[in-house]
Amino acid sequence: MSNSAAPSYNFAYLDEQTKRMIRRALLKAVAIPGYQVPFASREMPMPYGWGTGGIQVTAAVIGPDDCLKVIDQGSDDTTNAVSIRKFFAKVGDIETTEETERATVIQTRHRIPETELTEDQILVYQVPIPEPLRFLEPKETETRKMHALEEYGLMHVKLYEDISQHGEIATTYAYPVKVDGRYVMDPSPTPKFDNPKMNNMAALQLFGAGREKRIYAIPPYTEVVSLDFDDHPFSIQKWDEPCALCGTRDSFLDEVILDDQGGRMFVCSDSHHCAKRQAEGHRGALSADPALETEEVAP
Amino acid sequence: MTTRMPLISVEDLTVTYGDRIGCNGVSFDLFPGEVLGIVGESGSGKSTLLNAVSGQLEPAVGQIHYRTRLNETADIYRMSEPERRFLMRTDWAFVHQNPRDGLRMGVSAGANIGERLMGVGWRHYGEIRSTALSWLGKVEIFEDRVDDPPTTFSGGMQQRLQIARNLVSGPRLVFMDEPTGGLDVSVQARLLDLLRGLVSDLGLSAIIVTHDLAVARLLSHRLMVMQGGEVVESGLTDQVLDDPQHPYTQLLVSSILQV
Amino acid sequence: MTEILRVENISKSFTLHVQQQAVIPVFEDINLALSAGDCLALTGASGAGKSTFMRMVYANYVCQSGQINVRHQGDWIDVVSAAPHTILDIRRVTMGYVSQFLRVIPRVSTLDVVAEPAKMAGMEVEEAAEKAKSLLHRLNIPEALWSLSPLTFSGGEQQRVNIARGFVTDYPLLLLDEPTASLDAANKAVVLDLIDEAKARGAAVLGIFHDHEARERVCTSEFDISEFRVKSDG
Repeated sequence: MSNSAAPSYNFAYLDEQTKRMIRRALLKAVAIPGYQVPFASREMPMPYGWGTGGIQVTAAVIGPDDCLKVIDQGSDDTTNAVSIRKFFAKVGDIETTEETERATVIQTRHRIPETELTEDQILVYQVPIPEPLRFLEPKETETRKMHALEEYGLMHVKLYEDISQHGEIATTYAYPVKVDGRYVMDPSPTPKFDNPKMNNMAALQLFGAGREKRIYAIPPYTEVVSLDFDDHPFSIQKWDEPCALCGTRDSFLDEVILDDQGGRMFVCSDSHHCAKRQAEGHRGALSADPALETEEVAP
Repeated sequence: MTTRMPLISVEDLTVTYGDRIGCNGVSFDLFPGEVLGIVGESGSGKSTLLNAVSGQLEPAVGQIHYRTRLNETADIYRMSEPERRFLMRTDWAFVHQNPRDGLRMGVSAGANIGERLMGVGWRHYGEIRSTALSWLGKVEIFEDRVDDPPTTFSGGMQQRLQIARNLVSGPRLVFMDEPTGGLDVSVQARLLDLLRGLVSDLGLSAIIVTHDLAVARLLSHRLMVMQGGEVVESGLTDQVLDDPQHPYTQLLVSSILQV
Repeated sequence: MTEILRVENISKSFTLHVQQQAVIPVFEDINLALSAGDCLALTGASGAGKSTFMRMVYANYVCQSGQINVRHQGDWIDVVSAAPHTILDIRRVTMGYVSQFLRVIPRVSTLDVVAEPAKMAGMEVEEAAEKAKSLLHRLNIPEALWSLSPLTFSGGEQQRVNIARGFVTDYPLLLLDEPTASLDAANKAVVLDLIDEAKARGAAVLGIFHDHEARERVCTSEFDISEFRVKSDG
């Protein structure tokens, strides 16, 4: 603590009763994979949309021995990620890291790390809109009934609409999945590139929506299937060129505008993954120091 | 004579809204291929009756037995909710007076028609789309409008789209609440012709609520006249309209404006 | 010959609730029978109830008492008490009715209007269309009009379309309400030929003919309905 005179927070900010309430919701969510469990979301010292749901889930599961990593759009160093790490360091004296392998709890907005997660890790997603059917059915009573009765035809209406308007399933993020053969779930605004990683993941996946007051979960090693049509099967994004910094062709790339002359490059969105590869000696076309080894050059 | 079993059999149906009676002690049978018209002025209970019979408004008293495709009789308010909802989106259809109540205004015409198919497990985009196109043709909407949302359609087109969306799943029983209400006379005539053709070509049974006696005469085989929540007269459509017996029916028939 | 229609003790009155419950008696205790090949002319002064009687046989008007039995597919059925779908069945295959007014859905072509009853009775679509065409030909409806709705036609043309509709199916029982009214001599002759052909194939015909000459030519007997008029009590 920087200031010993300041009143001390309860460990991880939330009071113990609130944490218990959230843990009960989490247990229920784990027991019914993909089912949205209502919970009494608390006011947090940050606005909705900044990850209040994820933070409450993290606060409820984290312990003094845990090591926390927070990413936003795959990056460890965006304002949001830095703020949340600092928050937990301050209210729980929790160790933080940028290394995926070291972290025991990873809170994320928009990405799943490229590094394969293990049974010893928990992935916490920040969720803005938990209801996958909301796009077409505004009534909560009706969407709940549709989940209860497994009436999911409407989800395909959205995918049909994509193909009819764009010639392909144009949904690239928050791409609906069916969990454990039962509930259709919104995987939060992660790119569909990450959907296959959710399937049979060794780590526990928890989802928290603060404003919408919903928690849901995917237990380890659970089947997660992306919805599609027989003649338009699910596929993930592909890029024509490798990462300009580390040369990989296997990770999710962000487009970075370099100048106002149309110059641009594609780099890994997972900043830790990219840095690790570079440290291992991998190089891309625009690496500052291409001397060591150029993995691949863009065509 | 061949003995026919009714498709739907309504017994002593009473719907109450608190102390007020919505409809009282209504009984009727509807046979396969038969079109039943329900007429009466606003507040006579005809829409209440339609909603109750179509499984959307639980009656206080009475039973509704439906003969399923498996030739079994099911009481629609005793069956489980999933069963009833499945029936409602496959075997039954409901055409609302206002197409906005029956369409998804935010998605294309094709998606509107395809929804019921996807709801029963169709997972081949190409097949769903070609079925949607063929239904657009049947309801006289140009195929090149398949990707346009219904918000860009005229009222008559929206109503025809609603009909296609409902009939695509091959229902056996169609409920219609003032299907031609709110349309221009010329558009109405076209819709009536289309409806009558579809009903007879597909061998549908239908229950049509309307306050327009001309619509009732053209579409329905049989008529029930409602007043104050009760059925005051029923019979063959032309008999009820040409030789009405009940004072209220006589008043209704004599109130029609002549062109 | 086989009896097709047997009317027993029927009476009719109209109660006009909107006009202080005024009761208008029409006739009472009518009995008559009609056999295959018969053509019975209903006679009596205007207002005696000829059209009313015919509409009762067609189950278009309610019958307060008595029975109207029609031989439908071998069985006698009382149309006064029959269920609506049974009456529709009888109208589809057994009993045709040519009224004085054509009532059709707007926008439907003349050809379809005429072919429709045949299709409803189970005839193949193409055969029904052929039959409709030949009748329209005989009744001198110009081919150019066939694709148009008859609602735009003249009164005489509409009447002939109505007649074509009534003869497109070989009904065992035909009810004809003034079929030759408002027709010129040539078309009247065609209609009388059609009636003779129907009688020849064994149809029973009940008709109202204003035209004395026509009645003489096709009818086998007459029935004066005014004899059954209810005596007004004053």
